[in-house]
Amino acid sequence: MVSVLDRKLLRDLMRLKGQALTIALVVAVGVANYITLRSAWRALGDSKAAYYEQYRFGDVFARVKRAPDSVTDRLGEVRGVASVYPRIVEEVLLPIDGMLTPAHGQIISLPSHGRPAMNDVYVKSGRFPEPGRGDEVLIYEPFANEHGLRPGSTIPAILNGKLHELIVVGLALSPEYVFAIEPGGITSDDERFAPMWMSGTSVAAAFQMEGAFNDVVVRLEPGADEKAVLIGVDRILEPYGGLGAYGRDLQISNSILEGEIAQIEAEVVFLPGAFLAVAAFLLNVVFSRMVTMQRGQIAVIKAVGYKNSTIALHYLKMVCVIVLFGSAIGVAFGAWLADAMLDLYAGFFRLPMTRGRIDLPVAINAVIASLLAAVAGIAFAVRSAVTLPPAEAMRPPSPARYRASPIEQMPGLRRLHQTTMMVFREVWRRPLRTVLSSAGIAFALAIIILGRFGKDAHGPILDLQFGRQQREDISVIFKNEVANRGLGYLAHLPGVDQVDGYRMTPVRFRLGPRWRDSVLIGLPPDSHLRRLFTRQFQPARIPHSGVLITDVLADILDAKPGDLIDVELKEGDRGTRQVRVSGTIDEAFGIQGYMQKSSLHGLLREKPTINTALLRVNPEREAELHRYLTDIPTVQSIHRKRTVLERFEDQTRKTMQVITLILTLFATAIAVAVVYNNARVSLSVRSRDLATLRVLGFTRTEISAILLGEQAIQVCLGIPVGMVLGTWGAKALIELQADPEQFRLPMLISSQTYAFSVVVILAAAVLSALLVRRRLDTLDLIGVLKTRE
Amino acid sequence: MPEPSPSSERTSILTAEDVSKVYQMGDVQVHALRGVNVPLYEGELMVLLGPSGSGKSTLLNILGALDVPTSGRVLYRGDDIAGHGERELTNFRRDHVGFVFQFYNLVPSLTARENIALVTEISKTPLDPREALELVGLTERMDHFPAQLSGGEQQRVAIARAVAKQPEILLCDEPTGALDFKTGIRVLEVIDEVNRSLGTTTAVITHHAPIASMADRVVSLADGMVASEQRNDEKVSPAELTW
Repeated sequence: MVSVLDRKLLRDLMRLKGQALTIALVVAVGVANYITLRSAWRALGDSKAAYYEQYRFGDVFARVKRAPDSVTDRLGEVRGVASVYPRIVEEVLLPIDGMLTPAHGQIISLPSHGRPAMNDVYVKSGRFPEPGRGDEVLIYEPFANEHGLRPGSTIPAILNGKLHELIVVGLALSPEYVFAIEPGGITSDDERFAPMWMSGTSVAAAFQMEGAFNDVVVRLEPGADEKAVLIGVDRILEPYGGLGAYGRDLQISNSILEGEIAQIEAEVVFLPGAFLAVAAFLLNVVFSRMVTMQRGQIAVIKAVGYKNSTIALHYLKMVCVIVLFGSAIGVAFGAWLADAMLDLYAGFFRLPMTRGRIDLPVAINAVIASLLAAVAGIAFAVRSAVTLPPAEAMRPPSPARYRASPIEQMPGLRRLHQTTMMVFREVWRRPLRTVLSSAGIAFALAIIILGRFGKDAHGPILDLQFGRQQREDISVIFKNEVANRGLGYLAHLPGVDQVDGYRMTPVRFRLGPRWRDSVLIGLPPDSHLRRLFTRQFQPARIPHSGVLITDVLADILDAKPGDLIDVELKEGDRGTRQVRVSGTIDEAFGIQGYMQKSSLHGLLREKPTINTALLRVNPEREAELHRYLTDIPTVQSIHRKRTVLERFEDQTRKTMQVITLILTLFATAIAVAVVYNNARVSLSVRSRDLATLRVLGFTRTEISAILLGEQAIQVCLGIPVGMVLGTWGAKALIELQADPEQFRLPMLISSQTYAFSVVVILAAAVLSALLVRRRLDTLDLIGVLKTRE
Repeated sequence: MPEPSPSSERTSILTAEDVSKVYQMGDVQVHALRGVNVPLYEGELMVLLGPSGSGKSTLLNILGALDVPTSGRVLYRGDDIAGHGERELTNFRRDHVGFVFQFYNLVPSLTARENIALVTEISKTPLDPREALELVGLTERMDHFPAQLSGGEQQRVAIARAVAKQPEILLCDEPTGALDFKTGIRVLEVIDEVNRSLGTTTAVITHHAPIASMADRVVSLADGMVASEQRNDEKVSPAELTW
């Protein structure tokens, strides 16, 4: 049997349905947001931890030119090292039929017995290669899927200059390739990059690495000092051509994955909280008005003997219905969205994702948080209902007190129209409501900007990097340095219009206690196909002596132009040279340094050589050219700029579209809820004034302007604040971004993004205002005037 | 039913002609007016007397273009406004009619002067708001907000607001209904003063029979029909009224 008060509750809710629904939607968005982010955070974090643990992901990694197996024991003696796993990792070309440029394979050796001690392989189908079977490989599953490879398929590969037909025996993933980027690449490309695992003895035989290794994975003892281990490992590997050891933080796949997890973690605190704050505020606005309107009813209910607690419970129940309704939508929507988000992640991060059904504690937390926020929102309203003595409640509330608003005192505004003054004074009477409403609008606008600005930054960055800096069509990377005259050979290949070559060498840059492993690139003075730019997009000339370093590297080293830095070479005599920093440049990717090619040869004490060639080609003869390039035995990899660019754009566009759509919907829900609820409450408060004005001869349009003027002010105040908030948020997101040493988004928000966010907010505001405006047409002029408020 | 006496020397400015009004309240039809004929003559002060539910407010609302009759005509200077659309009715109120209500209906966020300016800014030949306040004796309170004024003062501001646009017709619905005796008399004096000095045609609704003696003409309504109509040869000044 439903009690009378509960019947009142249901009828009140039916009367408030528009307002209740819009607020419930904001709650739903907050809950959905929390569940989505929290589930994604948990799924990625837990999956990562479990995967790393089960497949023994290493703690420290190092590349070396060639070290004898005996070095392994010495590495094991470094203080803090628990175990050492030496391997051979080699780059190969995969000239697959139908592909313009050959794909890039990375062959990793497998131990002769058992599974890899570290960085183990997760075989999803098929089996491990038989020891000693040099033609059997496990291949990276996403690559296999792109090319329709299955256990039993064959794949051509150029191993050390010789073409082999490899048999795929299994499809696999590995914790070191959760996000697989080929060396020197800018994003993952499942079609073009394939880690492959092959029997160790076969890899050693193919690359003349018997009794030696060129890659090592180290597991640390619990509580070990990683920095000390890195120094110890470097010291031992140095004589064998060590390229510098690094921890998980610089392991590219891990650093991108952790960057994403950190970003979600930051959002999970901020975003849902902001949605719930908006919902709490709106509930406060609506319930304060309702309690004022129901003073007489409350008085009667009290007068007939109901307890204060019953009345408090009555209003709390009402808010619970709204919140639980919103939460139910939010939980369902959140579960769906979390699934969609994990699907999106599954396209980037290749790891066995532990994703169950909806995480119950997460959902319960979300609902409890929403209830608490809502109860906090209506606490004052309920308190005033409870504490009102019945006799006083029977009398109408004392009339609202107004004051002249300061804006009227401003010079030039003293003679404002009366109706404009009405709007200003209403705003001034409740400054906090205006501030909070504007804050809600600002928040909505800011999240639209956050959903879209990434797209803005990508355009110019790609244009700068791939249009103005990298002017080649194809870059060819050689396994070892080749004489400058090799460029002459390339220039005569079919389809080649222009050729440039540079020398790149791995180095450690050091200034005082700060250092970073990177590469130094020597460019010819008349380099046409590779140009450098300063932060102000001005072309940067490479000075005759000295080095230009990227801004990020300058920050890492705390180096300024004019400083002398140490360049520790990792090839040749491996000596340390001092070079002056002649300036800094701005690049989106990497932390390399540049100098004149001749100066670099001087540094390396070598004859003029190159190890990368840049080609400008005639598109009509490109296919023919690639056949020649693939046949050159010294070629390690071939990169076609357009393919890289298309892949990058395709990936970012897909993600952006989804994020923009979802965040725009969320923002619309907030803007509609804020404007609609404020306008409805305003209409309820002012219907008497407005009806009076109608009687006095004001038209509907004129009174609409008065009613909606207040909302217009809130929206107008919220818009610039939202732009600033969005800009700050964007800055914060950029700082949270994956790994600035890999890839940097410039802080750039286009006027289109600002315009789009403003248009969405205005459209939502106008739509909500129109919904309320309709009610003005049915304003009961006579009824309102006949009653005392 | 006695018909209004023909008056050759006075012209009717606004006339309800055979006006009926039926409200549909759920399944029940309520006949608020049944074929009422009431003219309002230029410059006169008419009192519409009747118990509550007699239809007097409905008649006033129809005369003031706040409501439309179910049947019959409302003639303003010979032109039937009953069939006009919403926009024309708004303009009619804006240009020709001033209203005074029982509960004053001042805009709480505007001062006394601004409440009047609200109307003068949209009228064609308004008084200065100060002048209008002078008429009701409230110049010294003009910068006060409604919450700072007594009930009587608020009603006088409401009258000043109604007459500030110099309307041809002033319609007052129970203007003393929410006031005590003394304050009520002060308000009636102001209405009388406006009628005399500005010559504004005035209709006052009341259920207080004694007020009828300040009118030029008294029309009594009962049960939605005109029960009687009488002319006062001797008008009594509001100060002399008692009830």
